[in-house]
Amino acid sequence: MPDLTCSLLGLTLHNPIVLASGILGTSAALLERVAQAGAGAVTAKSCGPAPRTGHPNPITIEWGHGLINAVGLTNPGAPVEAPLLAEARALLQPLGVPLIASIFGGTPREYGEVARTIATARPALIEVNISCPNVADEFGTPFAADAVAAAEVTAAVVANAGGIPVSVKLAPNVPDIVRIARAVGAASASALTAINTMPGMVIDPYAGRPVLSNRSGGLSGPAIKPIALRCVAQLAAEQDLPVIGTGGVLTGIDAAEMLMAGATAVGVGTAVWYRGPEALGQIVAELDEFMAAEGYTSLAELRGLALR
Amino acid sequence: MHRIYALREVREENARTRTLVCDGPLEARPGQFVMVWLPGVGEKPFSVAGDDPMALMVVGVGPVTHAINALKVGDRLWVRGPLGQGYELEGERLMLVAGGYGVAPLRFLAEQALRRGMCVEACVGARSAADLLLCSDLAALGVRLCLATEDGSAGERGLVTALLTGRLAAWKPDLVCACGPVPMLEAVERLCAQQGVACQLSWEAEMRCGQGVCGSCECRRPGWLACVDGPVTVG
Repeated sequence: MPDLTCSLLGLTLHNPIVLASGILGTSAALLERVAQAGAGAVTAKSCGPAPRTGHPNPITIEWGHGLINAVGLTNPGAPVEAPLLAEARALLQPLGVPLIASIFGGTPREYGEVARTIATARPALIEVNISCPNVADEFGTPFAADAVAAAEVTAAVVANAGGIPVSVKLAPNVPDIVRIARAVGAASASALTAINTMPGMVIDPYAGRPVLSNRSGGLSGPAIKPIALRCVAQLAAEQDLPVIGTGGVLTGIDAAEMLMAGATAVGVGTAVWYRGPEALGQIVAELDEFMAAEGYTSLAELRGLALR
Repeated sequence: MHRIYALREVREENARTRTLVCDGPLEARPGQFVMVWLPGVGEKPFSVAGDDPMALMVVGVGPVTHAINALKVGDRLWVRGPLGQGYELEGERLMLVAGGYGVAPLRFLAEQALRRGMCVEACVGARSAADLLLCSDLAALGVRLCLATEDGSAGERGLVTALLTGRLAAWKPDLVCACGPVPMLEAVERLCAQQGVACQLSWEAEMRCGQGVCGSCECRRPGWLACVDGPVTVG
């Protein structure tokens, strides 16, 4: 039987499948539910300095090859989120499933403040969302595409994270993702999450307008898997931080591909839309089956295979 | 992806409520819901009030529902669904309990139950006679009706749950299916538990993605999502 145990930044995960941020991560009970469904680790929904209701409906639509969403960073604000994360950590601890927090802000200083508040909940990892495509220039966008700004945000978070390791979530739509990765690495990030959703637009021709109230949104699901695989492969080949490879993973076979591209762990989000909250456990089972059938005994044998 | 319907018929149910009958079917079970998008206006959830042709009952309470209710025959609406879990019919005697606008999915359920040869009664409650909806439809289908209004302008004066207490004892239904305000549902749940009658309840929640991703509709108990685990609870 293959060994799916995954080592990430000194954490031991039962398996490499990680719930991506923004999917079902809005409450302690939902995070616990996904952990019970078989996730190796779970990421909470991004939280910022103040409460946000997000964009009005429609916030998401399936368009044929994936989803597009613009939820708009709905969150209760860090001071409310921190106790919720502490509650989640307590529920997850007996399951042996690490909690990853996700944060955003409008300035490096805000990122730092949110990190300091969230660090009180002692998540295993703080993911820094510098790449939400749905809030224009208000949050994130200016940081994801600019190596200097990305590094500033990373440094502010690391300085306030109380020793908790930091992963920076990168955008796919940059000229050179490795350049951004190296910059955040130099600013003491411990890991990378790649990729965030890809900016896009879905127009309803009969309505003559974009479907999302926000007009544009982030593409996820099958359409972006090849984009994610390329970004992860580049990152794995050209820099040293471990990567949580995320984007379009719906099945265990997709997860194997992401590991072969060099990912240390594999983020799963949109699969929940297609397969329900049980998706993560199903993906773990399929990965196990694939590895057994193909004669792989550990994740190390898969990791980066496609880069050799 | 949306399915686009045109309105075939618009029926006025009361001053702020309309039944919209569409120009095509939707393969849905009673209790399931759809997200209706009106371009440029917004998107809201509605329980399916009929499957062939698809029908919705819309109460004008905000900008989106007012805009939907202003639509005329021939106008289009964009529909995502059906979504969620509906009612699951069982047994021979079915008791429906409707509070206010909750009657919409129950009329659809009555139709299916009667087609299966079940015997159907309904306890319908509302604030006043003007808020009692679809009662003539239910009666025309062959559903025995017990009515209650809070002001006594029709049927018994009081709450629908008082009617239910009597009918549970007298008629002994095999299954109670209810839709209405949360306090009513909680009372129905309690009464059914006391009498040992199976009940299925449809809960309302804020719907955003409608498909188990965003977490907005968590309610009832921690981790329960109205959009994919419900809106109907079976138990």
